[in-house]
Amino acid sequence: MSEKKQIRIATRNSGFIDPENIDSYIAAGGYLALAKCIEEMTPTQVIDEMKASGLRGRGGAGFPTGVKWGFAAGYKSDTKYVVCNADEGDPGAFMDRAILEGDPHSVLEAMAIGAYAIGGNKGTIYIRAEYPLAIKRLKIAIEQAEEKGVLGKGIFGSDFNFDLDIKYGAGAFVCGEETALINSMEGMRGEPYTKPPFPAESGYWSKPTIVNNVETLAAIPAIIVKGANWFNKIGSETTKGTKVFALAGKINNVGLIEVPMGITLREVIMDVGGGVAKGKEFKAVQTGGPSGGALTYKDLDVKIDYESLAACQSIMGSGGMIVMDEDDCMVAVSKFFLDFTMDETCGKCTPCRIGSKRIYETLDKITMGQGTMDDIENLKLLAVAIKDTALCGLGQTMPNPVLSTMRVFEDEYKAHVIDKKCPAGVCSSLLEFVVVDEKCVGCTLCAKICPVDCISGKVKEVHVIDQAACIKCGACLDKCKFDAIIKR
Amino acid sequence: MARRAADDMFVGFFVNPAQIRYLAIKKERIINMQTSTCQKSGGCKIPDRATLPKELYQKLAAFVDTLPQKEGHLVTVLHKAQSLFGYLPREVLEFVAQQMGDPLAKVYGVVSFYTFFTQIPKGKYPISICMGTACFVVGAEKVVDSFQKQLGGIEVSEVTPDGKFSIDCLRCVGACALAPVVMIGEKVYAKVTPDMVKGIIADFS
Repeated sequence: MSEKKQIRIATRNSGFIDPENIDSYIAAGGYLALAKCIEEMTPTQVIDEMKASGLRGRGGAGFPTGVKWGFAAGYKSDTKYVVCNADEGDPGAFMDRAILEGDPHSVLEAMAIGAYAIGGNKGTIYIRAEYPLAIKRLKIAIEQAEEKGVLGKGIFGSDFNFDLDIKYGAGAFVCGEETALINSMEGMRGEPYTKPPFPAESGYWSKPTIVNNVETLAAIPAIIVKGANWFNKIGSETTKGTKVFALAGKINNVGLIEVPMGITLREVIMDVGGGVAKGKEFKAVQTGGPSGGALTYKDLDVKIDYESLAACQSIMGSGGMIVMDEDDCMVAVSKFFLDFTMDETCGKCTPCRIGSKRIYETLDKITMGQGTMDDIENLKLLAVAIKDTALCGLGQTMPNPVLSTMRVFEDEYKAHVIDKKCPAGVCSSLLEFVVVDEKCVGCTLCAKICPVDCISGKVKEVHVIDQAACIKCGACLDKCKFDAIIKR
Repeated sequence: MARRAADDMFVGFFVNPAQIRYLAIKKERIINMQTSTCQKSGGCKIPDRATLPKELYQKLAAFVDTLPQKEGHLVTVLHKAQSLFGYLPREVLEFVAQQMGDPLAKVYGVVSFYTFFTQIPKGKYPISICMGTACFVVGAEKVVDSFQKQLGGIEVSEVTPDGKFSIDCLRCVGACALAPVVMIGEKVYAKVTPDMVKGIIADFS
């Protein structure tokens, strides 16, 4: 993968050090930042340094980390918590897992720095139970850090104590939302609650709590060591530093990349990603997962940061980037995401619980060829209403896939409704499979594979598909060696 | 303003003649979707009470005793219970409720909220098909269909009658470069096509 445009900060050690050996991390400059904080800086200085760096939460919302810490530091309490949000539920994004598996100590160190800054002494890592290797390495890392005395009581000979434990998620996407995450850590259903009070005031066990994402934390030791001025020179006007993206889908170079904020989408996809796979036409890229939106060929020159992505009806999200080509139907993709949110909505607030279902049903109707123009108008109205009224981030961003694809691909929606055609050839109810007479050699392979026996024809004669009986499974198309079956 | 829009929206939905026609056409499907949370092909029935090994209950009770406090550890205990029993039938939920001093309704509420917890036993070889976006765009749906067909038409989250295989769809296993990904137990199959499914199942027969 092209290294030229990449700058590795959060992933600086991943792949270079032995994640199961603390000495390897220390040799790479590990725990230097924590030592610097405790020995040379006051908690206020640490927070000021974070504010000056311009680091913003990498979990998706982009809230300035230093400001969050400043809030928590401002509240008086005997116990304050630092929580690491490692409940990476966004399908198609796996940077948190890569960091936890490749460099767990950087997260522990940053949590200790956070605790020092806000005056806390307890930390919890909330991690997906589906990441066994990351859990194993975190446990090893915590054990070794306690042995070395960089976690636990009297760190670096000071009176600063910091204890860490791990709590497991149980597969709920909404738990990435910080209030839902806190409920889940307390052993309850992971339903969000209304803010304020913000967790910084009253969070885990009603104590001041800061919740930071893995990638945000991983960048912190580097910022402390190299200084805020180094960090805020990288990036765009509004968004400093780098972002890890998970490039996937129909792209040549699949995998994690870390690029400076402000890079254009074109550079990410065409240069770093090596362009669309199989030489096909670039159609769209989905950023921010199910809560995000599709950026299209029109947006290729958009500079990537929180504000410019929001202007395109999308979000930065946790950094998934799924590239789609001409063969992907945007209505079907929207439906896929709504199917996901419909499944993952916690059901607490009505706009999200019922709204997701109604949007899904409307999209389903359109892909079945039963949509009307009213449906398209209703979709837009409903999407806006949900955005305005839902309780938490999950609901407020849930209509994004629909809104953003409609922005550019309204024609595609209309084609489904008016012409009853799927231009990309994905929505099977709107397709017809037919045999091209000139190409068919009568090998009978298609007739044999057909699950409903709707293809007839003798050996070495042109075959015919009975459209009334065809279930449009596409098995014949995949099987035919002579490209004699087409869908249209 | 937004609220007005929402109200109009719902009115629009219920009187729209096209919607009514659609409901008529898709009646069966809609009924299945809206009135019942049970989508199992066998229909809803109260399962027989399971008899599970006593020593597993003892182990679970011992685990509860090691917790510093019970408050806030319900999810932790349920994780442990599922790792011991393999699934969380009513009997186990009752036991957990009693151990933790929580009402059964609360325990059930938590178990049914999280997709990681299962109330029916998994197959001996649990098949997990990744349905993350990266897998979806390269055809994971067809792979699911193929597994269902090969395993006698069981639905997702169901077990074959002989208890050997169960099918589940996962959100993302974080192996997007290998999409579509299928995991059977610990074994990972990469870039799976519908044609490969028969051979994959044969590996476990």
